[in-house]
Amino acid sequence: MIKKPNRLPSTLDGELILKDARRELELSMPSRRLFGKRALTLGGLSLLSGCNLTEQESVNRMLTKISRMNDGVQGWLFDPNKLAPTYPASMITRPFPFNAFYGEDEITEVDGDAYRLELKGLIAIRRTWTLAELRRLPQVEQITRHICVEGWSAIGRWGGVPFAGFLKHIGADLSAKYIAFRCADDYYTSIDMATALHAQTQLTLTYDGEVLPPKYGFPMKLRMPTKLGYKNPKHIVSIEVTNTYPGGYWEDQGYNWFGGA
Amino acid sequence: MKQPCIEETNIHAPARSTTSAIIHPLWLRVTHWTNALAVVLMILSGWRIYNASPIFPFSFPKEWTLGGWLGGALQWHFAAMWLLAVNGAIYLAINLLSGRARRKFFPLRPMEVLHDFVQALKGKLQHASLDHYNAVQKLAYLSVIADLVLIVLSGLAIWKSVQLPLLRDLMGGYDNARIVHFLAMSFLVLFIVVHVAMVALVPRTLLAMLRGR
Repeated sequence: MIKKPNRLPSTLDGELILKDARRELELSMPSRRLFGKRALTLGGLSLLSGCNLTEQESVNRMLTKISRMNDGVQGWLFDPNKLAPTYPASMITRPFPFNAFYGEDEITEVDGDAYRLELKGLIAIRRTWTLAELRRLPQVEQITRHICVEGWSAIGRWGGVPFAGFLKHIGADLSAKYIAFRCADDYYTSIDMATALHAQTQLTLTYDGEVLPPKYGFPMKLRMPTKLGYKNPKHIVSIEVTNTYPGGYWEDQGYNWFGGA
Repeated sequence: MKQPCIEETNIHAPARSTTSAIIHPLWLRVTHWTNALAVVLMILSGWRIYNASPIFPFSFPKEWTLGGWLGGALQWHFAAMWLLAVNGAIYLAINLLSGRARRKFFPLRPMEVLHDFVQALKGKLQHASLDHYNAVQKLAYLSVIADLVLIVLSGLAIWKSVQLPLLRDLMGGYDNARIVHFLAMSFLVLFIVVHVAMVALVPRTLLAMLRGR
């Protein structure tokens, strides 16, 4: 959700440049990975108390443990039958914001003709899928709110294949714990099976009635209005059904894994 | 108006006098300081979360925030929320069930608030007895309790806007819940500033909150 440091988009949009500059300042760290590990500083409080918890690995471990506990609480809170609100087309946010861990000038271009979706793990029919084959499956649409972990939200219109139907179609083990996604832009994330089977969880192939553009994840993304933005991977190239915790790009750095809304 | 009021939990007090009586029972002192810690953690990490996508044209200085980056701040926020909510629930339960809330905060009459407020501005408001709240105090404490409830509810609406549709609608939708959460935080910060200033003016109130009398 936060753009890569040390790079700026080429478009001269004043607001965007300011937003980026702010992030550059915030993220001017030698390494984002290191940043993640050292992240949990006690900024203001250490000033007040003179005690610095930055270096205390035990504090980070405790916070990580509570975050995993919160995964459990969210899994328990998750109602498979509760639908996220849907909106009329007039309420779609235009333009819908681009967001990734890199700038808009670095968007991954995937060749649609050469594209093959790979299936791995606990799946009965583990064959690759072409884009044309995916488009031939029954399609649905939703106009829902995308909520970013940063706090902002935007309403968009996504079309594609209901993920639950696809999982059943390929003979996925629906009792498995996790679905892991790998992406053409090296992003990766994973979700729980209950959310995977939710009625609004969608393998998205279109945005606003058009072929999904590269900036929104061509050729295919996963759309879940029940989870925060970073849980919705773009440019998906492989889907794996597994019982081994797969983590995720942001999750491994400290974002909450469940990320439910 | 200023009659001594003895806590029902003060079973060890030999004589029922205001000098030796426990003003703040132990459970109150523990929940007060736990709440203070939770509130500080929540506000400082909350400011860092706010900075990731400000809803007003300003950000909080990074040195004032907790967590180092958005992910760290979120971990603090969603850890300290348990402390705030569980401690707050314990405080409310004991306070309501023991009858202390009713005795301490009521009756609360608008005219008394006005009178005590004017007296306070003139510097004439006396703290003759720490176990009796003046009308301004009653209003301030009741307001901040209600504000903390609003903070928790609006926070839940933001965190679980899909799973808690009733709360979401009550807050006027997801985006509006963020504004409610922010304004409730602002009121809390205002309260803390005034509260700490008043404690600085009457330091023995701090002693009472530490040792009970």
